[in-house]
Amino acid sequence: QGLLRRSVSHSLLSFGSTTGACRAIQKLTRVRVVDNSTLGNTPYHRPPKCIHVYNKTGVGKVGDKILLAIKGEKKKALIVGHKMPGPTMTPRFDSNNVVLIEDNGNPIGTRIKTPIPYTLRRREGEFSKVLAIARNFV
Amino acid sequence: RVSSDGKPPKFQPPPKPVIIVRKTQKEEKRFLSPEFIPPRGRTDPLKYYIERKDMIQRRKVFNIPEFYVGHVLAVTTADPYASDKSNRFVGICIQRGGKGLGATFVLRNVIEDQGVEICYELYSPRIQVIEVLKLEKRLDENLMYLRDALPEYSTFDVNMKPVPRMDHEEIPVNKLQVRMKPKPWSKRWERPKYNIKGIKFELPEHKMKSAQKWSQPWLEFDMLREYDTSKIEEKIRKELSEELEK
Repeated sequence: QGLLRRSVSHSLLSFGSTTGACRAIQKLTRVRVVDNSTLGNTPYHRPPKCIHVYNKTGVGKVGDKILLAIKGEKKKALIVGHKMPGPTMTPRFDSNNVVLIEDNGNPIGTRIKTPIPYTLRRREGEFSKVLAIARNFV
Repeated sequence: RVSSDGKPPKFQPPPKPVIIVRKTQKEEKRFLSPEFIPPRGRTDPLKYYIERKDMIQRRKVFNIPEFYVGHVLAVTTADPYASDKSNRFVGICIQRGGKGLGATFVLRNVIEDQGVEICYELYSPRIQVIEVLKLEKRLDENLMYLRDALPEYSTFDVNMKPVPRMDHEEIPVNKLQVRMKPKPWSKRWERPKYNIKGIKFELPEHKMKSAQKWSQPWLEFDMLREYDTSKIEEKIRKELSEELEK
């Protein structure tokens, strides 16, 4: 029967018009917020986009901090998974996942349902609070 | 025989011979992992011979089961950052790539509505156990289109019990036709270049026809692209059987 209509709601992965698959995360990539914070989950007519990557290169991989523009506000976030294939034995996700974070590293949400790669545990010192609220690991 | 009336006896056809083909069938069907077959090129076969020796060494220590694209596998790897130092992932094998020691396979699963794919190296010392949970070949050798298919086709229960294998000879082919999400897809799977039989295309007729514009029917007759692996495979099978018996 008829094709599924792609709804333009914020919570689904499909945004209005799409450019090709964006691989690792850089400026202007649309991103999916994965924790249960209100900022991340309330629908808005524009998807959250990355404005800056805190990295020597402008390309963010898992474990890098970025600046997001959500609902007209600037918020820092941590990358927990991207579509770009990384080193072998590391998981590759079907969407660019991000967890909202304060400037001091405290996560804003209280739970992270989606799976998070084990490689984040290497930097246990910085991300201990984010790892504490994570449920599934891959 | 004594003829009753002086006429020649009625023609009795000879009994049909009963051919027992069991042994030869088994030898033909014995599985040879695709990473053993060297790629076509001008490199010295000595390099592939040395690699094969290393691969056999690894196989003696660690059992790599026979599996194809479409099987559901559970892989436990050693992970320094995981609790209990080991990490178990269950998924369907989408693709087997690479030759020699760098042979890889990609497992895909959908966990909590998030699609995850992990590319494992077959001969990596980090892999501790590979279990085959479900034996099932699919219609294609490359299931990358599952990324654009509805997520129900890629979800597999993490605590799935291994399905027992009935015969020791046949691997069932699942002729499942997968339903896709609406276009755009990551690749244009309807084009004949990918030659996919496992998708139920719900596209209109004129789109399917215009996709056939990109077909290259001369490719299958191109003699320079032929790579006959039968003799190479025989040699490698002999090598393997000798080495594994030692």
